[in-house]
Amino acid sequence: MLPGETAVISGFRDDMLSVKLLEMGLLPGTVVRFNFTAPLGDPICISVSGFDLSLRVDEASTIIILN
Amino acid sequence: MTATRTLRVALAGKPNAGKSSLFNLLTGLNQKIGNFPGITVDKRTGSCQLDSNTVAQVMDLPGIYSLYPRTVDEKIVTDILADRKGTYYPDCVVLVADATNLKNCMLLLTQLIDLQIPTVLALNMMDLAARSGQSIDVKALASTLDLPVVMINGRTGQGVAELKKLLTTNFKHSSKTIYKAGEELESLIKDIQQKFNLTTPYQAYQFLQQTDNLSFLTPADKAYITSRAKDANFFQHKYQGAETVMRYGSIQDLLNKVTLKLSDPEWKKFSYRIDKILTHKVWGYLIFFAVLFLIFQAIFAWAQIPMDFIDSTFARLSNVLDDYFPDGPFFDLITQGIIPGIGGIVIFIPQIAILFACISILEESGYMARVVFLMDKLMRKVGLNGKSVVPLISGMACAIPAIMATRTIESWKDRLITIFVTPFMSCSARLPVFTILVTLIIPDVKLFGFFNYQGLVLMGLYLLGFFAALISAFVLKVIIKTTERSYLIMEMPTYRKPKWSNVGYTIIEKTKSFVFEAGKVILAISIVLWVLASYGPGDAMQNAEELIQREASEAKLTTEEFEARVAAYKLEHSYAGIIGKTLEPAIQPLGYDWKIGIALVTSFAAREVFVSTIATIYSLGGTEDEQTIKGRLRSEINPDTGGPRYTPAVGLSLLVFYTFAMQCMSTLAVVKRETKGWKWPLIQLAYMTALAYVSALIIYQSLA
Repeated sequence: MLPGETAVISGFRDDMLSVKLLEMGLLPGTVVRFNFTAPLGDPICISVSGFDLSLRVDEASTIIILN
Repeated sequence: MTATRTLRVALAGKPNAGKSSLFNLLTGLNQKIGNFPGITVDKRTGSCQLDSNTVAQVMDLPGIYSLYPRTVDEKIVTDILADRKGTYYPDCVVLVADATNLKNCMLLLTQLIDLQIPTVLALNMMDLAARSGQSIDVKALASTLDLPVVMINGRTGQGVAELKKLLTTNFKHSSKTIYKAGEELESLIKDIQQKFNLTTPYQAYQFLQQTDNLSFLTPADKAYITSRAKDANFFQHKYQGAETVMRYGSIQDLLNKVTLKLSDPEWKKFSYRIDKILTHKVWGYLIFFAVLFLIFQAIFAWAQIPMDFIDSTFARLSNVLDDYFPDGPFFDLITQGIIPGIGGIVIFIPQIAILFACISILEESGYMARVVFLMDKLMRKVGLNGKSVVPLISGMACAIPAIMATRTIESWKDRLITIFVTPFMSCSARLPVFTILVTLIIPDVKLFGFFNYQGLVLMGLYLLGFFAALISAFVLKVIIKTTERSYLIMEMPTYRKPKWSNVGYTIIEKTKSFVFEAGKVILAISIVLWVLASYGPGDAMQNAEELIQREASEAKLTTEEFEARVAAYKLEHSYAGIIGKTLEPAIQPLGYDWKIGIALVTSFAAREVFVSTIATIYSLGGTEDEQTIKGRLRSEINPDTGGPRYTPAVGLSLLVFYTFAMQCMSTLAVVKRETKGWKWPLIQLAYMTALAYVSALIIYQSLA
């Protein structure tokens, strides 16, 4: 995904992290928007249901998305 | 007076929802920061008069998204809310929700409903929500959830009176059940519920989910739950994920029903535009360094004025009382031990207050989350975390509040490394030592007619400490093994104007906790050191005056010179002096003599004591005037070489020693408290002292 793009979440690759991500409202079926990255490319800022979140690239990569 | 009723009210909600603002509005200055017994989580409580005969004991719980904790602080919430018999179990909960982001706030609310705790939903930031174009049918929200809802404004205090009135009405818990565990768990939950005599099935479910987090369960209880869970194939993460998805499902249904108009995503445009600049690859870092510079400027330059005032006030107080009191060990203890000891604590208040004012403004405005965002990748390379930045910056003022600020770091390994390396950051107590020694050994000339050498060396010392912190962090990252994963999933709050009263309350709170927590240790140690420096074995102390008197009659000393000589003689023959002399063989390779040895011993409590000890040792009669001390040090002769004692080699060796050494009892005490044991503070002490010794040795041996 590139900054500015949106996608729909379909699931997670990591059980432990998925619990935290779910709590923050990253639910399968919701739309995420990749807002921008930090200057060094990591972490990144995304928004989901009107809420901005920062997470590391390897954490974000556990989110499975549909395009 | 009629009998008053006390109501226990807990404030819950996610971080940044405005919990602290509401807490400050309700309790004002009637707040108290304490500790939950046995653990180090701050307990913020305060009282609030609800009506003529009801007083509320308000407790501010740590900000959480759900009952499942991420950080040490958060564990306490389920511990309190799942134990109906517990001391802190509240009569009701006020759930503070950010109306611009209702969905996220409702997760915890639905869990509270399932625990059947009477709960009020306080919708905060309705003005912002309205500005974003969002509109909610509050009546429908209240009736669907079957609980009272109030709209408040944490900035203006609007709605607080209504909330207070509502709290007195003895409202019941919601009759709804949001989450029901699957059928396969039914018999297991029923069993736990019966065994522990629990009111609600969800409470039993929490016992299963968080067995290890609940401190009120006995080991036998835990073993029972664990074995039962195992028999029934209960997987915590699997069910937790399913529970969250289910809860959000019903929240979405609810929001669909009560939302009259959705917010317009345009309203965040402004915040994004600021982010474009503040997280820009060039501007972002430049602005961050400018902010850092401003904080340093504030801590070092602006705090100097009140600090000098405090310093002279305490010195004068000591002198006045000394003249007023009769002679005697008890009065000496007061004027020379206790008063300077208290002064040593009070003198740090301006810096700590300014530092926390800055940090609190950065946090309130939402900028702190961006700092974490900017720095995370860099910090991760050395085993730290974006959230380690705040403790490291605070460490430049004082390691004590800095170490307390590590509690926001979720991962235990990251947090431990941060705690371990923070004391390497040059704190304000090192500054007086640095200043004296730097001006003594470095000539006051300018490089290229522009940069002052002394300033460059001083900056070099700060950088030295900073790099020692980074390198040590890297080493620890490799050494410490952990199965726990470090992660950074953090909300990026929208930018907003800081609320000044919140900044004020933070300053008061942090200063108070410094004075009472660290102050106790500093005071105790300064008294012990005073005793060590004022008493010695045998009758050397009593004979001091007589001895010097004999010398004095030959040398024709003035009274002042005489008194100073007596003080120096006494210090030499005191317990501290004996320790200094015993240390001499060990510190000789570093270029130090027993006089510096005494200063090392006394400054173990706090580094800045070095200056006053040196003043006493060289019979300056307690003066702390820099020029006098410097002049005296310059003329001190090394009997072995016949040259000056304070050569550049000795000076640099001392500077490096003070940069690395853990010369601070209070920091050790705080580390012990935060890591729950003596293991880490002792490793830290050994490591830092060894590093200081070896570095000073190399410096001296290669230069001398």
